[in-house]
Amino acid sequence: MPTVDISGWTCPTPLRDQPRVVMGHGGGGALSAELVQQIFAPAFGGEILAQLGDSAAVSLGGVRLAFSTDSYVVRPLFFPGGCIGDLAVNGTVNDLAMSGARAAYLSCGFILEEGVEMPVVAGVADAMGAAARAAGVEVATGDTKVVEAGHGDGVYLNTAGIGLIPPGVDLRPQRVVPGDVVIVSGDIGLHGVAIMSVREGLEFGVEIESDCAALGGLVESMLAVTPDLHVLRDPTRGGLAAALCEIATASCTGIVVQERAIPVPSAVANACAILGLDPMYVANEGKLVAFVPREHADAVLDAMRAHPLGAGAAIIGETVETHPGMVVARTPLGGTRVVDLPLGEQLPRIC
Amino acid sequence: MKYLEEFQNPELARRLLDEIRATVTRPWALMEVCGGQTHTIIRHGIDQLLPDQVELIHGPGCPVCVTPLEVIDKALEIAARPDVIFCSFGDMLRVPGSDRDLFQVRGHGGDVRVVYSPLDALKIAQQNPHREVVFFGIGFETTAPPNAMTVHQARKLGIPNFSMLVSHVRVPPAIEAIMTSPSCRVQAFLAAGHVCSVMGMGEYPELADRFQVPIVVTGFEPLDILEGIRRTVRQLERGEHTVDNAYPRAVRSEGNPAAQAMLADVFEVTDRAWRGIGTIPASGWRLSERYRDFDAEYRFSVDGITTREPAACRSGEVLQGLIKPHECEAFGTTCTPRSPLGATMVSSEGACAAYYLYRRLGTTPTPQEASPVA
Repeated sequence: MPTVDISGWTCPTPLRDQPRVVMGHGGGGALSAELVQQIFAPAFGGEILAQLGDSAAVSLGGVRLAFSTDSYVVRPLFFPGGCIGDLAVNGTVNDLAMSGARAAYLSCGFILEEGVEMPVVAGVADAMGAAARAAGVEVATGDTKVVEAGHGDGVYLNTAGIGLIPPGVDLRPQRVVPGDVVIVSGDIGLHGVAIMSVREGLEFGVEIESDCAALGGLVESMLAVTPDLHVLRDPTRGGLAAALCEIATASCTGIVVQERAIPVPSAVANACAILGLDPMYVANEGKLVAFVPREHADAVLDAMRAHPLGAGAAIIGETVETHPGMVVARTPLGGTRVVDLPLGEQLPRIC
Repeated sequence: MKYLEEFQNPELARRLLDEIRATVTRPWALMEVCGGQTHTIIRHGIDQLLPDQVELIHGPGCPVCVTPLEVIDKALEIAARPDVIFCSFGDMLRVPGSDRDLFQVRGHGGDVRVVYSPLDALKIAQQNPHREVVFFGIGFETTAPPNAMTVHQARKLGIPNFSMLVSHVRVPPAIEAIMTSPSCRVQAFLAAGHVCSVMGMGEYPELADRFQVPIVVTGFEPLDILEGIRRTVRQLERGEHTVDNAYPRAVRSEGNPAAQAMLADVFEVTDRAWRGIGTIPASGWRLSERYRDFDAEYRFSVDGITTREPAACRSGEVLQGLIKPHECEAFGTTCTPRSPLGATMVSSEGACAAYYLYRRLGTTPTPQEASPVA
């Protein structure tokens, strides 16, 4: 066989930009952040938007309000553990809860595709109503549009919400300081794997249900221990990794997490191993990450564990002065690795 | 998951590391062939925990990285056609061709779909009889058998609107190419267990003998890798060069005869260009003459492809083990997963991607600096 001189090995590909929107722009990772920072934020201006929180903290007539909106394009519309309806309610309720606010009123926008069956619309609406009642929030206004067949995925939803921020509560990444304790409220990765399993027809041996839930009550029980929580974040698109990276960047502190301490259900670990995905990057819809002053950490953890939605709460790490803006994981074997903001969507590996 | 926990057990890992430390007396350079092994090594920090004398060189075993630009460009051209549904494994979607990637083709209206199995693509072909469905068949010996089986099924079921763009590669000729290179530093190989689970170990003794290198078949969990390193170092210290199976739970010496028979039926060995490497004789598979009807290259007559590869990236040196990814000036600056200079940075199994994702040196604390395991 002829020899091959590998001294000339090279593997170049050209630098490019993204001239059009790709799916990754909605994936909650680096591409999403670029879209907001390079197009939306400059176009809209404003100091409140520039904070780029899950919800905006605004003041109106001397009252501090949290204000948030989110759109839902999940496929399939119904999945194990929920549907697009309760997802749309809980998602916005949770965005408000991450400001410490108890959601009060929601708006609801339906974009329906021509031809979608009426029982499907009714099922989604019923689920929204049930989720709103469970979260103690009222759907106060709404809108409906219909697009031509083939121009939608059956049902798209938008919800916006407002809620009151209690006095003394000030949750922002900028309040995070080295020495804070990082707590996650329970098992991660359930929602993303549940969606993948039904969307792609994958079976993992056990049915995995979405963790879709409203977190307002859990946050209230945490604030009852101390209003001095530094920041809360619900790790939805981009998962726990994206939430941690965003807080590290916004707070200019480093984060060290212990991989072994992160609660990952075995079924999620199993599914992710098969698909070549990292559970830290998989979406959640009923979990939160809290950055808590060290002196309050044990009490907050106890309060979380006493709540049904925080029963699996665990301390997973801490903030540090070294490597500001960066998240580092200590591996079970004792090595370290960087945890980076995902680029766009996670892609299953070839083998 | 019990399976995962067992093969990531920190106490067992410590014991293996202790044994490696007790065995090694001089510097050795080991190449892990597969990108999956590279990612396990970097993600779990195994290279940080090994004694300084044991150097791991990252091999060319990333199927996404080595797929030639010309084939990527052909895929992009086929995928952009309005009558085509183009199906691919997920990690090919982000690999840039000369001027775009599959995501961008989809952004321009191309029907590009991620599938988890080539049989899913066949199902799509059955469901869309008036459209051409093309599956992007790339990868090593691991992914080749199911792809071969899919083409076999397409013929058996008489599905005329299905075809496959094939660019499969074989590991043993690549090992040979590495060992015959004048700049080769590799003294032993950690062979990829999933490749051997298909092909068996029969192709390796001749290579081990001819090049006087130990070849140890390993799996992909941290303890698999550490056990492979332990056995490799033991051989090197003793001056041995045998083929050793450290992955017996998945690999039998004869491999999987049914899969091999399927490969022999559908594919034929051919010279294959490896991206960044050049053509390696007999290093690939293509559809055999009998299945040429299902070859997308023939069906779509994708000719006249002009590739553009500006040589601004040092991934060739990374693949040789001459430099580590972070030693490239472009690493993390002009070359990131967001704007890759090389496929090694964009592929989920690429060495540069592993270093960028998990090991941005200078900012990552060493294990000693980080706090102890909770």
